[in-house]
Amino acid sequence: MYRYDQFDHQITAQRVAQFRDQVYRRLAGELTEDEFRILRLQNGLYMQIHAYMLRVAVPYGLLSAAQMRMLASIARKYDRGYGHFSTRQNVQFNWIKLQDAPDILTDLASVEMHANQTSGNCIRNITSDEFAGVARDEIVDPRPYAEILRQWSTFHPEFAYLPRKFKIAVTGATEDRAAIAVHDIGLAAVKNAQGEVGFRVLVGGGLGRTPIIGTEICDFVPWQHVITYLESIVRVYNEYGRRDNIYKARIKILVKAIGIEEFKRRVEADWQFTKDGPCTITVEELNRVAAFFTAPDYEQLPENDAAVAAQLCENRAFSNWMQRNVKPHKVPGYAAVVLSLKKTGIAPGDATAKQMDAAAELAERFSFGELRVTHMQNLVLADVKQSDLIALWQAARELGMATPNIGLLTDIICCPGGDFCSLANARSIPLAKAIAERFDNIDFQHDIGEIELNMSGCMNACGHHHVGNIGILGVDKDGEEWYQVSIGGAQGNDSSLGKVIGPSFTFAQTPEVIARLLHVYVRERFADEHFIDTVRRIGHTPFKEYVYAAPIEAAEGLTGEEYALLAAPYDTPLYAPGV
Amino acid sequence: MIIKNKTIINDDWIVFRLGEKDTPGSVVVPPGKVIVPLKVWQAQRDVLQVRTGLGVWLASDERAEDLKSDIENFSVIAVDFPKFADGRGYSIAHHLRTRLGYTGELRAIGDVLRDQMFYMQRVGFDAFAARADKDKKEALKGLSDFSFTYQASSDEKLPLFRRIQRGGGL
Repeated sequence: MYRYDQFDHQITAQRVAQFRDQVYRRLAGELTEDEFRILRLQNGLYMQIHAYMLRVAVPYGLLSAAQMRMLASIARKYDRGYGHFSTRQNVQFNWIKLQDAPDILTDLASVEMHANQTSGNCIRNITSDEFAGVARDEIVDPRPYAEILRQWSTFHPEFAYLPRKFKIAVTGATEDRAAIAVHDIGLAAVKNAQGEVGFRVLVGGGLGRTPIIGTEICDFVPWQHVITYLESIVRVYNEYGRRDNIYKARIKILVKAIGIEEFKRRVEADWQFTKDGPCTITVEELNRVAAFFTAPDYEQLPENDAAVAAQLCENRAFSNWMQRNVKPHKVPGYAAVVLSLKKTGIAPGDATAKQMDAAAELAERFSFGELRVTHMQNLVLADVKQSDLIALWQAARELGMATPNIGLLTDIICCPGGDFCSLANARSIPLAKAIAERFDNIDFQHDIGEIELNMSGCMNACGHHHVGNIGILGVDKDGEEWYQVSIGGAQGNDSSLGKVIGPSFTFAQTPEVIARLLHVYVRERFADEHFIDTVRRIGHTPFKEYVYAAPIEAAEGLTGEEYALLAAPYDTPLYAPGV
Repeated sequence: MIIKNKTIINDDWIVFRLGEKDTPGSVVVPPGKVIVPLKVWQAQRDVLQVRTGLGVWLASDERAEDLKSDIENFSVIAVDFPKFADGRGYSIAHHLRTRLGYTGELRAIGDVLRDQMFYMQRVGFDAFAARADKDKKEALKGLSDFSFTYQASSDEKLPLFRRIQRGGGL
C-alpha cells in the first residue's frame, strides 16, 4: 500500500499543528464556535448528541495491520473501547473530547493516517472497490489513481469552501462495488480499443433529500487528464452551485438545473485552459505511486484446496461461511475473505478495540498484513491462501466476525441514527438490531438469498436507504419516531432508487413489515430469483397490498427503548466558551 | 492597516460600497483612491476610466471574465467574501491570475480571517484586509501554515510531483 514520503509526512504534521493551534484558540475564546465549526469539520470533528465524534479517513478503504492497531489504541485511550466503520470506508469514534482531538491526530499521523476533509464542504475521502487489486473482473487497479486524487484533493486551495460536501468514488472492475452512481463524481477505469487506460466519468449522483443517479459526462477521459478534468468539474460547481439553500447545494441539483449538456459545455470550456498543462499526470508519477500497489509475494498454488473441499461437504457452518463470506481471487489458490461486522446484537459496522487488534493479527497471519474496509461496513482480508481458510474461519468465529451473512438480510447498512447523531429523526441501530433478531435464523436467510436492507435515521441517507432493495427511513411525526419503507432500490451496475410502499410504521411494526415483504417474495419468486428481480418483475403492488392488508400488530414488548444504546452521561461537558 | 506581501502596512484605499438607495449609474464616486463595485465601474466606465488610482471589487456572485478587457485600468482588484464560508472568491482569484493574467494587487476583503488566508494566498491573493476585530499580527501567521503543498495554483505553477523528486515505492 502507499507509504508517505517526507512531503506527505510534513504536510500531515503541519496540518495537525495548525489544528492544534485552532483548538487552542477555540478553548481560549479567540475563535467563536461559528468560526471554529468549519475548521473542526474539515478535521473530521463533529459535535453530536453526547460528545464530539471524530471521523478518521481510510483512503480508498485500505488499512495496514499497524494502522488498525492504532485505531484500536485510539478506541481504548480516547474513546469507550470501540469504533464504527462507516459507509464511506471511514472509522468514527463517538466519545471524543475536544482537547484530545489534536493528540489523536498526532497518533494517527504516526501511522500515516489522518482525518483531513472527512467532513465539511470540501472533497471528502475518496472511496473505492474493497476488492481492488484482487478481483477477477478487474480491468484496471484503481488504487494508484485514488491515491493520486487523494493528494490532489488534500488541502486544494480553491475547493475548501464549496457549496456543499463533495464525494468521489473510483472503481476499476466490471462490477461496480463502490456505488459510483450515487457519488458527486463516479469514476470507472476502463480501457479503450487501443488498450489505453481512461475513466468513464459520472457526475451529479447522490442520495440525501433528493436522490439522483449520476449521469455520464464523459465516456473516456485519458488517465493523464483526470486531475485537470475533475478540477474543471469542481470549479464549475464552485462557481455555479447554489449557496442559498443547503438542501439544493449539491452538484446534482446544478446538473439537473442546467442540464448535463450545458454542464458539460462549461466543464469542457474550462478544461481547455488546463488540458495538457502542468497538472497533467506524468508517467513517472503514475509509476511512482503504482509501485506501492504491486502484487504481494503470492505462492504458486493449486486452484482448489483439498482440505477445504472436504470440510465443505462435512461442515454446514463452514460451507455457509464459504458461500457468503469468501470471494474469488484472481490468483489461483487464494481468496478474499469478508469479516462480518454484522453479528446479530451488535450495531452494524461497530468493532471493539479487541476485535480491531485481532483483525490486525489475522491480517498479519493470513493476508500480508493488510485489510480493507467496505462501504457495506465490513472488513476484508484480500489475500488469503485457500489452505488457510479453515484456520481463519475458526479464528474469526471466536472473534464474532464470521457470521455467514454477507449480502444477506442481516448484512444491514445502517447509520448511527438517533442514538448518536444530532441530525437524526429516529433511531436506526435499535431497529437494525430488532430486525436482525427477528430473522436471526441463518437457514432462513440463506433461503431468502441476496438482499440488501439499508437504513437511515434521517433523509440525509448515510445508511443509503434509497438504494437498498428494502430501504428504511426514520421520520419524525409530531415528535415520535416512525419508519418509512421502500422497495426496489439497488446499487452497483444496475442502480435504481427505491419507491416508498405507503404510510410509515412504528418501531414495533417494522420487523413484521419486513416479514410480509419477504412473504410476498417467497410466494412469487421464480427459482433462484433475487428479491430485487422479483420486485422489478411484478412491481410494487403485490407487496404493498399484502403489507397493508391486515392490521400490523406491534410485536409485544418490542420498543425502541429496549434496544437503545445506553446514553451514557458524558462526564466532560462540551466546551463552549461564552455560552 | 492591511496585510500585503506578508507584512502589515498602512492602507489608504477606500472600499466603496453601494448604499441601499444607491444605483450603480447615478451614485457619486468619492475622489481619491477608491475601490469601486464592479457594477459601478460598468455603469460609469466613461467617467471613471480617466481617473488614476482606481480599484474595483467583485462580489462573490460576479465573474472575473467581466473585467476581461478592463484589467489595465486598475491598480488594485479586490474580491469580497460576504462570509468566510463562501468559496467562490477562490475561483474568481484563480481566473484573474491564471486566465486573465492579472499581476497587480489582488486583495481579499470582507469576512477575511487568518484560518482561510493560506488558501487565499495560494490562489493568488497578495493583500488581505483581515476583519477589523482580529489581530493583524496573529492573522499574519496564517500565511505560513504549510511548507509544502500538493497542487499547482497561482503560487506554485507546478504540482508537487513535477516540482521535486518524490519518494518511491518499496
